[in-house]
Amino acid sequence: MADYLAEYLPVLIFLAIAIALAAMIVMASWMIAPQHPEREKLSAYECGFEPFDDARGRFDVRFYLVAILFIVFDLEVAFLFPWAVALGEIGVLGFWSMMLFLAVLTVGFVYEWRKGALEWE
Amino acid sequence: MAEIFWGVIWPVIVLAAATVAIVVPLLLAVAYLTYAERKIIAAMQLRQGPMFVGPYGLLQPIADGLKLFFKETVVPTRANKGVFVLAPMITFILALIGWAVIPFGDGLVLADINVGVLYLFAVSSLGVYGIVMAGWASNSRYAFLGALRSSAQMVSYEISMGLIIINVLMTAGSLNLSEIVRAQAEHGWYALWHFPMFMIFLVSIIAETNRLPFDLPEDEASLVTGYNVEYSSMTFALFFLGEYANMILMSAIATILFLGGWLPPLEMAPFTWIPGPVWFFLKVAAVLFVYIWARATLPRYRYDQLMRLGWKVFLPLSLAWIVLTSAVLVFLDLAP
Repeated sequence: MADYLAEYLPVLIFLAIAIALAAMIVMASWMIAPQHPEREKLSAYECGFEPFDDARGRFDVRFYLVAILFIVFDLEVAFLFPWAVALGEIGVLGFWSMMLFLAVLTVGFVYEWRKGALEWE
Repeated sequence: MAEIFWGVIWPVIVLAAATVAIVVPLLLAVAYLTYAERKIIAAMQLRQGPMFVGPYGLLQPIADGLKLFFKETVVPTRANKGVFVLAPMITFILALIGWAVIPFGDGLVLADINVGVLYLFAVSSLGVYGIVMAGWASNSRYAFLGALRSSAQMVSYEISMGLIIINVLMTAGSLNLSEIVRAQAEHGWYALWHFPMFMIFLVSIIAETNRLPFDLPEDEASLVTGYNVEYSSMTFALFFLGEYANMILMSAIATILFLGGWLPPLEMAPFTWIPGPVWFFLKVAAVLFVYIWARATLPRYRYDQLMRLGWKVFLPLSLAWIVLTSAVLVFLDLAP
């Protein structure tokens, strides 16, 4: 257990150094460079005029759809990872089980394709 | 006391030194990648590129970095200030920590973890957070739209990348990056066996890092550089550094998975004289050249074309290739 965790110690140290470096870069620049905040400078950029309303308005529902489809297929990839590594041991039965799973998924994929969920005009 | 020092503190110091030994050259590589990009594109367009700061303009990236450093950090009044500052830091941190598991040569790796591929996949998945947070926190319409486009694009291409990686995993039979390279010493480079997948992977990594011709999130003409439009000074520089560090990371992943990592092209005399890490860097540089080449040559995609390519071409193709590869491996009894 300890050995297994020890393998991840370098990753943890790397993360700590990366965080420290990122914080340091921003802080150092903020402290050293002259700061002259001003109302016009700090307003949101919108080609010369005041923004009409809050920027976080409505947006195209397709982005949401893409996110949902992504979850389905990313999960599929997550299932494929252990299967791919163990393919030599699980043999023909393992192969056909995954093919069945992929077939079910493909039916769903064909359905969403036909329904036009992948169309952007 | 001495026991604690040699058992606990000393290894941490050594690892920290090793980390710095990776991060500093990486940041230099990022700086000179921007220089190389400008020089190569200039050469392709029959221009000179940067040539005034230092000999051949070699100090240009340093000058650019210093200039950004001494600029004012603008935080818009209507932005969510905490998230706004955090977003570029997250992008930068995620672009760095992927390097913890990259093997530069045989045994030359900081963290030789068993699930290296999964770790890289997870880190690159998290990359989308920095961009979404930036777009949301800026409270600017351009930034918001840029972040939306960017996240949809990144998640779409991540799926095809994941499916392509599955092919390599099946053939190598391991999730450890060093093992994958060693398997290629036996099998030959996977770029040969999975050639169509290698091509798709190259296109996907360009899309995944939002580079031209897929840089729609930064579309200057319609979005004035998208999610980072409100950023300045070092907060902007961190996005920039993160993007380029990600390009190099993706090139390194392509090298390890498909181009045999540190292995020489042929196991014979003139090639084996050159040490492994040198081969690794040469291959990474070659993939990076493809990035720049594509940027100089190809016009920008339209968003519907981009999504169609990802979902209707790459996804079915890579899925079909998985079925083909696994069938060949299982029924010819070749699976490792």
